[in-house]
Amino acid sequence: MEHDTIIRTEQLCFSYLQEEGKLPYQVLDHIDLQIERGSFVVVLGRNGSGKSTLAKHFNAINLPVSGKVWVSGMDTADEALLLAIRRQVGMVFQNPDNQLVANVVEEDVAFAPENLGIPPEEIRERVDSALATVGLSEFRTHAPYLLSGGQKQRLAIAGVLAMQPDCIVLDEPTAMLDPIGRREVLETVHSINRQRGVTVVLITHHMDEALDADRVIVMGQGTILADGTPSEIFLQVELLREAGLDAPETVKLLYALRKAGWDISLDGLFAEDCADRIAAYLQKAE
Amino acid sequence: MEPILQLEHLNHVYSPGTPFEHRALIDIDLSIEKGSFVGMIGHTGSGKTTLIQHLNGLLKPTSGRILYNGEDIWISKQRIHQLRFQVGLVFQYPEYQLFEETVYRDIAFGPKNMGLDKDEVDRRVRDALRFVELPERILDHSPFELSGGQKRRVAIAGVIAMEPEVLILDEPIAGLDPESREAILRNIQDYHATRNNTVILVTHNMDVAARMSDQLLVMSHGSLYLSGTPEEIFSQTEALEQTGLTVPEVTQICDHLRRRGVPMPRGLYTVEAARDALLAMRGGSSHA
Repeated sequence: MEHDTIIRTEQLCFSYLQEEGKLPYQVLDHIDLQIERGSFVVVLGRNGSGKSTLAKHFNAINLPVSGKVWVSGMDTADEALLLAIRRQVGMVFQNPDNQLVANVVEEDVAFAPENLGIPPEEIRERVDSALATVGLSEFRTHAPYLLSGGQKQRLAIAGVLAMQPDCIVLDEPTAMLDPIGRREVLETVHSINRQRGVTVVLITHHMDEALDADRVIVMGQGTILADGTPSEIFLQVELLREAGLDAPETVKLLYALRKAGWDISLDGLFAEDCADRIAAYLQKAE
Repeated sequence: MEPILQLEHLNHVYSPGTPFEHRALIDIDLSIEKGSFVGMIGHTGSGKTTLIQHLNGLLKPTSGRILYNGEDIWISKQRIHQLRFQVGLVFQYPEYQLFEETVYRDIAFGPKNMGLDKDEVDRRVRDALRFVELPERILDHSPFELSGGQKRRVAIAGVIAMEPEVLILDEPIAGLDPESREAILRNIQDYHATRNNTVILVTHNMDVAARMSDQLLVMSHGSLYLSGTPEEIFSQTEALEQTGLTVPEVTQICDHLRRRGVPMPRGLYTVEAARDALLAMRGGSSHA
């Protein structure tokens, strides 16, 4: 159903040109994918699996070499639609220091709406609301370089939010952050998804960031290796290993117990659930 | 065991006497054993990076002393110059510091500065490259043609090539995918096992710190908050959580199990250890 799908790719192929005489390097190989409006989707995969390249197709930073990408029904290859597409889908990248443009926090958030020619009163509103959503209101007159890594990433997210996008694509936004910064950014992204209904596509190496997603997509060699709910994906210990990923420790422990002969389900992604499974098994066995 | 590095009442104050005055390190007493593998954890701003920059003399203490093999490192200019080769420091995102035209020249930069002859430099470049598991053919490539993980390894090789007695790595696996992470950790472990050199690994990753280290140091707000074996440290879930750190996932599962009345030993942090403890329990109850 078209109206429920925000991003759709059809037979999407992308390759980088190599030196003369060499075949182009195929990064994406006939990807068919639909992302539901309002969902929280995590894309996993090893370096070079094509996950970032795929994400860059979602707001027309990359254009397909063959195949199609539609954002809310708009063909990303149509140059006339470029601005409309970029307004709908905002991107946040890995390095917090590379995406901040202004010397004052609130000016950084206002940068994009100012460029859209939005009236000042509305910009004010959007900036205040975006900063409140990411929990940075009290820092609005600070200089961005004084913020921590996690705060900088939340500021980058606020800058995207001020565009009032329908979808945010985040490319390893936590890779350079410490555990506290990671938690801050993830909580922010989840609340944007829940409270504002913004579609989130989160690209990451961290398995634990995928545990409470609606859907997990595993990429490998430019294709989709697996696509399902977190429990469907993470129970496939062998598949994860092949994809160069690591199952969460919870699943690994349950898997190890099962290999040792316990009749126990692998379905316990969070530490608490995992402990529940084990405790229940022990009780039953007594 | 004898200490290779000792810190005595180390204090460091940034911008003293200005409105930006900041006490980054507060009265640190610490002894690092020769040949040990030390993990350092702590939240951002806890003083980890400031501390390791003292260990090879990049920063001078505001007060207190640093001893290397029992000798004050600030005793003379020659001493501190020599120390920079004895204590090798791999910074965060070291690949940003690659600058030479070829991988070879980049790795050779450190050993050359040590005044070694050409053959010795060559041997060290090739040895270091082997440690980080990169093929010799990339020596003629530009470092900028390599992938992120490869660049990181070239940068680490550049420090290893100086054959430091103490190798310090600041977040060497940050921003890498699980495979590259494991490869680099394996390289570091091999280096440690083969050379018997002291390694200090700064990381945010509790599971890695737990798995690799003989001794763990937990920094918090400029102080050395906890120090001990991984078992000792991860037996103190509450203390760690108070300083904004989490325990390894397996330790969390064990904590939850204890709360559910399952008598799990404290301080477990690997899947294997938790499995064995559980299997022993099950064995005990079924045979009873």
